[in-house]
Amino acid sequence: MSDHDVSDHDPNPAFERTSPLDAVHRAAGASFTDFAGWQMPLRYDSDLAEHHAVRRSAGLFDLSHMGEILVVGPEAAAALDYALAGRLSAIAIGQAKYSLLLARTGGILDDLVVYRTGEDRFMVVANAANRDLVAEELRDRTAPFEAEVYDESDDVALIALQGPASLAILTETPGFGVPGPGNDVEDFREQAAALKYYRAFPAQFQDEPVYVARTGYTGEDGFELYLAPEVAPKLWEALAETGGSRLVPAGLAARDTLRLEAGMPLYGHELDRETFPVQAGLGRVVALAKEGDFVGRTAVEAGPPAGARVLVGLAAEGRRAARAGYEVFDDAGADAAARGTVTSGVLSPTLGHPVALAYVDPELAEPGTALFLDVRGTRIPAEVVRLPFYTRA
Amino acid sequence: MTDQTALKYTAEHEWIAVDGDIATVGITDYAAGKLGDVVYVELPDAGSTLTAGTVVGEIESTKSVGELFAPVDGEVVEANRAVVDAPELVNSDPFGAGWLVKVRFTALPGDLLDHAEYRALTA
Repeated sequence: MSDHDVSDHDPNPAFERTSPLDAVHRAAGASFTDFAGWQMPLRYDSDLAEHHAVRRSAGLFDLSHMGEILVVGPEAAAALDYALAGRLSAIAIGQAKYSLLLARTGGILDDLVVYRTGEDRFMVVANAANRDLVAEELRDRTAPFEAEVYDESDDVALIALQGPASLAILTETPGFGVPGPGNDVEDFREQAAALKYYRAFPAQFQDEPVYVARTGYTGEDGFELYLAPEVAPKLWEALAETGGSRLVPAGLAARDTLRLEAGMPLYGHELDRETFPVQAGLGRVVALAKEGDFVGRTAVEAGPPAGARVLVGLAAEGRRAARAGYEVFDDAGADAAARGTVTSGVLSPTLGHPVALAYVDPELAEPGTALFLDVRGTRIPAEVVRLPFYTRA
Repeated sequence: MTDQTALKYTAEHEWIAVDGDIATVGITDYAAGKLGDVVYVELPDAGSTLTAGTVVGEIESTKSVGELFAPVDGEVVEANRAVVDAPELVNSDPFGAGWLVKVRFTALPGDLLDHAEYRALTA
């Protein structure tokens, strides 16, 4: 048997880094994968079981490899308005926003979640592989402003609790409180329960700071918990103990199938520096209405070249999934020219049929369009469908 | 329970149980573990002729596509329909109910590994 892995391995990691939760994962029997130079859990036992647990109950993910970059100073908001595609000055303290770091040429250098943690403080969460680039670009772009950039990634662990049981597990876990006299657990529970999607608040776990955000990358309700690396194992164990049979540790394999069902792009697959936001369906993320210049503005206003391919969702029947790199056709004939390329594909564990994201010629992007996927020499019929493939009830 | 020490192995992570001129072929627990949860298996039909080293089937997981190579020359006498219907058998019982094909072979390749050699390969 030869194994063609279609996961996100870096074939030549320059170095290997381990998560602060590495010992916990090893004790849990995880198998590991190299991801952007990090040894991270791929799965613990069954990626399908982990996927279903997140949809039906809850899963616990270690995302400590992601980058956390702080932008701090009186002009931090203005600096980010210039550096990123979104209008970050418009978000309130405790609010998060999905944004893009654009190249001057209009392509995407990274997709990010930005939290406003104070009037003059923002935390930019970057993909692990792009951490250094994002920190470097932010430093360059914010240099004219009264703002400092600190790459805090090494001092921040990230645990994601995702799934419909997340709130119950979070609020039942002992040790949480809010800063201030009494470190009140009832306050914590109330704030967590009232927290809206893409909002966050500062809390404490065993008297250590933890930033609690109602965000995620799975299409489910859930929380992302930012905290010091040395506290992460204690929090992980506490959540696991409280969660009991409602909660399973989940690896990057499940994370990938979950995000794909939810139609969420993955950097390096759906997004790269050659791709304009509008092609990826992210035109709304670019705040063209905001005042002033921002990096990439001229290029995105001009738009991608005519006929540039656009991202669509494809659904097929049967069990054979198209994978990244497979070609898309509008004709079953063997001599037809390719009209698109798959960027991610999987047999959807929740839906039971293959789904894929693909860039196709713009005239083929309408939902309902019948296309064909070349799955290792066999043309499999597929249909353009609206994204996301899966929406939680 | 299959005695894994009595099996022959290929460097492509297949196992072979020889009984007379019939070879039962599957993939190892190591290969199944690397693949992750198997969700689709395609096997050669009974009656098809195999040439050692050629691709004769596919084993897909959520993350990967594995190719099944014919480890011997011969004719397929049975493909395991149970595995086609329930691909998870490859994960749950790779040396037992997760077997893939039975082949009436004409010759066994000389470079098959014994259990110790295979374990050394995957250690």
